[in-house]
Amino acid sequence: MLFPRITPCLLIRNNGLVKTVKFKPFKYIGDPINAVKIFNEKEADELIVLDIDASAKGLEPDFSLIKKLAAECQMPLCYGGGIKTLEHATRIIKLGVEKVAISSAFIENPNLLIEIITEIGSQSGVVILDVKKTILGKYEVYVNNGNTSTGQSPIDLAQKAEKFGAGEVVINSIDNDGVMGGYDLSLASKVRKAVDIPISFLGGAGNLNHMGELIKLCGVVGVASGSFFVFKGSLRAVLINYPSYSDKSKLIKDSLNIS
Amino acid sequence: MITVIDYGLGNVQAFANVYKRLDIPVNVAKSLDDLAETTKIILPGVGSFDRAMQQFNSCGMRKLIEQLVLEEGIPILGVCVGMQMLANSSEEGKLSGLGWVDGNVKRFDGASMLQTQNLPHMGWNNVVTKTEGDLFKGINVENKFYFLHSFHFDCCNKSNIIGVTDYGFNFTSAIKKKNIFGVQFHPEKSHHYGGQLLKNYSEI
Repeated sequence: MLFPRITPCLLIRNNGLVKTVKFKPFKYIGDPINAVKIFNEKEADELIVLDIDASAKGLEPDFSLIKKLAAECQMPLCYGGGIKTLEHATRIIKLGVEKVAISSAFIENPNLLIEIITEIGSQSGVVILDVKKTILGKYEVYVNNGNTSTGQSPIDLAQKAEKFGAGEVVINSIDNDGVMGGYDLSLASKVRKAVDIPISFLGGAGNLNHMGELIKLCGVVGVASGSFFVFKGSLRAVLINYPSYSDKSKLIKDSLNIS
Repeated sequence: MITVIDYGLGNVQAFANVYKRLDIPVNVAKSLDDLAETTKIILPGVGSFDRAMQQFNSCGMRKLIEQLVLEEGIPILGVCVGMQMLANSSEEGKLSGLGWVDGNVKRFDGASMLQTQNLPHMGWNNVVTKTEGDLFKGINVENKFYFLHSFHFDCCNKSNIIGVTDYGFNFTSAIKKKNIFGVQFHPEKSHHYGGQLLKNYSEI
């Protein structure tokens, strides 16, 4: 059977690894290549790397860094940040990355996704949606590092991504980012029901129980997190970590109720 | 020498890195000269079927690889789209496949599944092997491999199937015809057991 994926998500800024809370302050975590090496040793299921500078500053993807990451990474890698053209996407795939993620570029020009997947295949085209809850309790997708609302609902955009051929949608909760208090399960449930492609949820995991709650609710799903994999303890000391094989198996089997 | 074919698609470096870690001689072939010392070939692939065929047809190495594999019996391992390229055709594209293993690549059909599943098939899944030894030596059914695909190889000759994976139904995830091997999953990205499979391939 197919298993849920437990996926660390690393944020890159100025060539370094950082972690945000609600998308805002940046805490320096360390060197991205070093982090990839540790996740190799821990045999992580897959890895998402997002360059949070690139799109916001209108920069191109940092191809030399991507090349180094892809060469080092022994698990499947999804890369996002600054991808605005078909050429960007194909070049990244050629560097040895399995999946490329677009966000604002998809919202501005959904046809770009069709162009990309025609070239690299549907399975490698990922759409990331950064989602924030308005004061009225409505979910909206944001761009520009969480600063600008598109006014569009994550359900509509996830369905649009599916219709345009995305292989996966990553739902990133801005409100829960770095808070480590659990996933936004109401958002997760709504999006899971709306599309039939794989989904990963990001934002909120602080412990294995939080991950278990998401798996119980959504079944075979991508369980992504930043803080959980880079911090240890209540004081948030930087320590790259990943659940052991037996802890991960137990978590998944208990959550899916299989023996 | 294991040779990974670099025709502009697929994670060539990942294969080379695994073999370097295992201390098994490996090289990457970008042109004919790089195939001089090859005793085993790996044909990787990420992307759409037509794109992969187009790149392979125009990379300048197809003829020699064909001769090495079909006439001299040098083993080849197709990975993901590289496995699909071994087929006669694919529903994903219009170009002909290599036709080295009789079969056609088909889209996962939700209607034929016992239970609806998300598509593409993405993540870690088991492979039930039908033969002892060879590629899957030291690997058991509990061990998982990473899959990332929307299409699967439909073998005409069932004796070419050496592994199946359950995703709504049992689809063919590993094939073998004499010296020609194919796996739908990514051993180069499947940690420990992927490394074991690549090591096994080197010892065939």
